[in-house]
Amino acid sequence: MNIIRVENLTKQFNGFTAVDHINFEVKKGEIFGFLGPNGAGKSTTINMLSTILPVTDGEAFINNFSILSQRDDVRKSIGLVFQDPSLDDRLTAEENLRFHAKLYGVPSDEFQKRKQEVLKLVDLWDRQNDIVKNFSGGMKRRLEIARGLLHYPAVLFLDEPTIGLDPQTRAHLWDYILRLKREKEMTIFMTTHYMNEAEYCDHIAIIDHGKIVALGTPRELKKQIGGDIISMTSNQKAELKKEIEKRYKKDVKEKDGFLQIEVEDGEKFLPRLFNELTVEIDSIELRKPTLDDVFLSLTGRAIREEEPSDKERMRQRMRMRRRN
Amino acid sequence: MQFIQTIYTIWQREIIRYWRDKTRIVSTFFMPLMFLVIFGAGLNETLATGNFGVDFTQFMYPGIIAMSIMNIAFFSTISTVWDREFGFLKEILVAPVSRVAVAFGKTLGATTIASIQAIILLILAPLIGVTIHIAIIPQLILFMLLLAFAISGMGLLISSLMKTTESFGMVTQILIFPMFFISGAFFPLTSVPSWMSVLSYINPLTYGVDAIRQIILGNQVASNILNNLSLHPISVDALFLVAFSAVMVSAAVFAFNKRA
Repeated sequence: MNIIRVENLTKQFNGFTAVDHINFEVKKGEIFGFLGPNGAGKSTTINMLSTILPVTDGEAFINNFSILSQRDDVRKSIGLVFQDPSLDDRLTAEENLRFHAKLYGVPSDEFQKRKQEVLKLVDLWDRQNDIVKNFSGGMKRRLEIARGLLHYPAVLFLDEPTIGLDPQTRAHLWDYILRLKREKEMTIFMTTHYMNEAEYCDHIAIIDHGKIVALGTPRELKKQIGGDIISMTSNQKAELKKEIEKRYKKDVKEKDGFLQIEVEDGEKFLPRLFNELTVEIDSIELRKPTLDDVFLSLTGRAIREEEPSDKERMRQRMRMRRRN
Repeated sequence: MQFIQTIYTIWQREIIRYWRDKTRIVSTFFMPLMFLVIFGAGLNETLATGNFGVDFTQFMYPGIIAMSIMNIAFFSTISTVWDREFGFLKEILVAPVSRVAVAFGKTLGATTIASIQAIILLILAPLIGVTIHIAIIPQLILFMLLLAFAISGMGLLISSLMKTTESFGMVTQILIFPMFFISGAFFPLTSVPSWMSVLSYINPLTYGVDAIRQIILGNQVASNILNNLSLHPISVDALFLVAFSAVMVSAAVFAFNKRA
């Protein structure tokens, strides 16, 4: 039984369709990535699935509970890490967790046990009595993940978990996320607009203008746009071209002085090429298509890392000012 | 059970945050002192010529209590707007808990903080020559709590409608002065123009001041003078404050549900 089932889920805001009849399912224990540019409908979908936004049309089930009619059961079944921080930074890490545990009805002796478990998982055990205000961005995000796990949810929702973090912290955070999947067999539903992060996902849905334009494993999606690309040079280019065309029945393109062929499985094809070809090769390069290529071919534009809007920047400044 | 636990948890957080904010604690102590020194000393000299048949400080004292309860209760409910701005409100709103319990917890948090201030004022009363009999203290505290709860409920409703702390500050500033002046704190409402008297009927502060004044003056002045100064029986005051709180908290819950 799939842990998330989404059927024709739709959200309209004053006639504008933010999410347009989407369908997908998420298996237990996998990382499911929801990919798309800003404004594509990712957060709207998460907000509907977590029952904080009313649904215009369609239905979804989480852990077999309907997001329309069994809201409290759905809420107990999910852990949420929002795009914007949602910790109380005047409280300590421990107090933030305790608050959460009480709202989710975790008994206090059980809480002591789980607190240790989740804080150790994200390496914050020895910082539990520090005020959150003094935490770095990465630590805050880790604490939020720990908090999201405290009530043992069936699914963990991560909305842009690495946004606003530096590349090193981002990589660390991914270590924790992958550890979660490995050690806890946690089902993770995440949104991102970083294509390289989507590579960690078991399945990906690419969403654009509120519609799912592609769905599959990262590998399948990359295959959709054609195979791997092998480029090579040789002193005897003409002979090489002739031999490849004859032996492998491949279409050989010449581009910038390189001969290029598209093959399905580049890693397996390269050794064959070396063993069988009689013409000498000077250099060779194997390039895999990236998810960026996939997105580009599906939507006709590249996903950019968008700058925060003026309003968002203003808000961040105000927050900084107030905190000092 | 989870309902009570939610109220307690939300309330506890408000108190912890208050306790950590040293500026707020200092101002809780400082504000009542300031009120008493300025109003007590200054006004007594210049306005004591009125013919209420009662000492002006004694007359004003309930108003000062009500004023500081209102200030602190409004200021404390700003925490909901802060929570919205800083994102913490989301953590509360996605939890599998009753919104009614959340609203109660928030309201009770502000009520507690405002009541602490009122109790400090009560302790300081003898210093400015206000006489309070020990026997009336429980009744007095009950009305302080009722008034604090009513104003906190109102503050919560406003804060659940406001997006920024700035707009919350504006709205409460606009409300504080008219509410104070038509509450009967400064002058009796028995001989004011009818529009003012109508407004005073929907002003929770009026009922708080009215009840607290009757309790304090009850065994100090002749009953005919007291009757001239008071508007409603104490039980009506209590009833209004309870009903007002219920309306405000329900409206705040409704606003929460609509917005998030």
